[in-house]
Amino acid sequence: MTAYLARRFGLMLLTLFGVSIAIFLLLRVAPGNIADILFDSAGMIDPGDKARIVHDLHLDRSIPVQYAEWISGLLHGDLGTSYVSEKPVLQEIAPRIPITGELALLALTFSILLGVPLGVLSAVGQDTALDYALRVFSLSGLSIPSFWLGLLILMGFVNFFGTIPIYNAAPHGFWIGLGTMAVPAVAVGFRSSALVMRLTRSAMLEVMRQDFVRTARAKGLGEAAVMIRHALRNALLPVITTIGLEAAFLIGGLIVTETVFNIPGVARFLVQAIRWRDYPMVQNLVMLIAVMVVVINLIVDLLYALIDPRIRYG
Amino acid sequence: MNATIAGTLAAILMTASATAAETPRHGGTLRVEHRDNPPSASLLEEATISTVMPFASVFNNLVTFGTRTDQDRADDIVPDLAESWAWNPEGTALTFRLRHGVRFHNGRPFTAADVKCTFDLIQGKGETRLRKNPRRSWYFDLKDVTTTGDDQVTFNLDAPEPSLLTMLASGFAPIYPCGVSAADQRTHPIGTGPFKFVSWQQNESIKLVRNSDYFKPGLPYLDAIEYTIIPNRSTALLAFEAGKYDLTFVSDIPPILLKDIKAQDPNAICLSQPNNTQANLLVNFAHKPFDNPEVRRAMMLSLDRRAFVDILSQGVNKIGGAMLPPPAGIWGMPEDYLKNVVGYGPDVAANRAEGRKIMAGLGYGPDKMLNVKIETRDIASYRDPAVILIDHLKNVFIQGTLEPLDSAVWYARLARKDYAVAMNVQGIAVDDPDVVLFETYACKSERNYTGYCNPALEKLFHEQSETTDFARRRQMVWNIDQKLQEDGARPVIMHNVAVTCWQPDVHDVHLPVNSIYDHWRFEDVWLDK
Repeated sequence: MTAYLARRFGLMLLTLFGVSIAIFLLLRVAPGNIADILFDSAGMIDPGDKARIVHDLHLDRSIPVQYAEWISGLLHGDLGTSYVSEKPVLQEIAPRIPITGELALLALTFSILLGVPLGVLSAVGQDTALDYALRVFSLSGLSIPSFWLGLLILMGFVNFFGTIPIYNAAPHGFWIGLGTMAVPAVAVGFRSSALVMRLTRSAMLEVMRQDFVRTARAKGLGEAAVMIRHALRNALLPVITTIGLEAAFLIGGLIVTETVFNIPGVARFLVQAIRWRDYPMVQNLVMLIAVMVVVINLIVDLLYALIDPRIRYG
Repeated sequence: MNATIAGTLAAILMTASATAAETPRHGGTLRVEHRDNPPSASLLEEATISTVMPFASVFNNLVTFGTRTDQDRADDIVPDLAESWAWNPEGTALTFRLRHGVRFHNGRPFTAADVKCTFDLIQGKGETRLRKNPRRSWYFDLKDVTTTGDDQVTFNLDAPEPSLLTMLASGFAPIYPCGVSAADQRTHPIGTGPFKFVSWQQNESIKLVRNSDYFKPGLPYLDAIEYTIIPNRSTALLAFEAGKYDLTFVSDIPPILLKDIKAQDPNAICLSQPNNTQANLLVNFAHKPFDNPEVRRAMMLSLDRRAFVDILSQGVNKIGGAMLPPPAGIWGMPEDYLKNVVGYGPDVAANRAEGRKIMAGLGYGPDKMLNVKIETRDIASYRDPAVILIDHLKNVFIQGTLEPLDSAVWYARLARKDYAVAMNVQGIAVDDPDVVLFETYACKSERNYTGYCNPALEKLFHEQSETTDFARRRQMVWNIDQKLQEDGARPVIMHNVAVTCWQPDVHDVHLPVNSIYDHWRFEDVWLDK
């Protein structure tokens, strides 16, 4: 197990190194830089002032030197300074991580709590009216864009309740705070729940035809016990893989949802930083997301062993 | 269009009657929706309303525009940090007598030295430098600023410039304190204004609190102002309709959405008026074949400005030249004058026929179209008129292809003049010919993106600038504007109209019809909650 973990850790570092090079180069290949953008709000470009900004921000140094400066800072815990806010990157990112974390966690929880049971129900009642209804429901989840769903939810709230569930940094009470986060979590988690539901359904249908399920029934076990303890446990493996992958894809959905629900999280901030060519901010945010994705992947791999005793890491 | 005018009149009447009937109350927090994250808090470094609206209330000017009419006018300028002012007989020195007992938010007293520091900064003479300096070109006639004691300051000019006072009254002429770096002013602004800066969470919110030491007795009325940054317009409007905000971002609502807002929130007060931004056509004078004045003339003749206005704004936007047209604008060419300018005549078919004749003479025709990329910023307000332009150019045998550009590339490409034809949207900071003419059309201006250079006309820019008689000067400006349009220096397509809304319990919001950059001090605004 230790050897496996060490190998995975090494691979993680290699992946992150690759990501760092890719994001660093892609940012520099993209046309325009912060100096151009800064002048955008001034409605003009003064070549002299622009050259001074480029020099002050070290953008006139060679790309390898800029990369080395960034990595060296990163290794020393210095993420640099945002070109736009002129504040340390860490100071800008830190308060946004819990906001996005909470939203992502709620969305993922929603998608699991909704997707898995509905997937089981759909499989158990295959080709019944309930199954058809749930399949339509899951298809709509996969086809409705989250920004559109978000706007529909907001319009519904304004029309029916005269209020709007957009983010408030200081909500009046825990439940109101949770409520304003839960609504966008539903908007972003709807797609994932549909995916989880469809996968759970198909995995369940496959497992339900296996011999060991028939044996469990023959032993006289109740249908609920057969489904949950025998069928679902075995069907969960591909579902967990999907949930792991969805956690990464969720970032894309969060960008839209954070914008529609005006949530000041990491995802919306990343888009803004890219638009501004705020290199230190983008580089570090992408690295943060990359770390999260590789860690989630590792957790998913470790969960395999926990769920399926046949899998051993050595 | 009638509904819009009726709505505007109703709003004005409601505001006027409410103001007359009620006494201002102290207290409350004004909740304002902001369209995007401002690039910085430094008014001297930015040219965007995204900075001016939230941060103007941190500062004061020497003078400011009064509220006697709904126009920002040179004959309605009132004292701010200055108590009084006087020109020397030659019109080359403007001396201000300053107020006593004014303090900056950092506790330092305001003196004449601060005025000098501010203008030294703009002229690049100070110890500290601005990162960007878009205002430098405004003060082309300013020789220096001198002080006499702590309470007198004189602006010395190379030549008479009556517009100087107008520029000093604009939202872009705040007084900064000496000793505070330009970098600090970008992130933590310090001024003498009615509200002090509290916090700015990037992409999230801006908070200001009442300056209890404000030098105007009894002002401001509000305890605080909170801006919430909501980049998504649909969310912002829904939040306003749900009562989450008291005021929308200025001029951020297209007229086409006004009906929806009034349907959802019938009590909302909404003003639909010009915002002094204009869509204009950039043709690179150095790029072949557009260096040929005949080609540019044919392009101008292809334009049907009424079609742009009808399609893009349901007939609300205004047609004019470089200056905002009357009645909102002070200096724009009147309708009777305008219809005689090339390309502005009502017979579009005849114009286009003439344009085709020109192009045919140059060897182009239906079988040999002139192909060109129409570059524009990848933002709807730029893209939409560009699409219509492509359609119009076909009428004179020019086949355009749209090339939307990322914001990061747009100004860089214009500055390098690395384009042939582009569709641009330009905001005018002050309804004054000195600002517009020198900034946009002077041969050496950094914002002269087309490369148009007419030394004889530029001489007239200076002549009008030095003319003190208003009627004579306006006639000169009309003549210049006509020449600019006919030369295709930067053909103006239309002047935009947009909507601003607020809740009925917000009082004394003053929005002039010829600028969106002024009157954001909020010192007179009060809440009836």
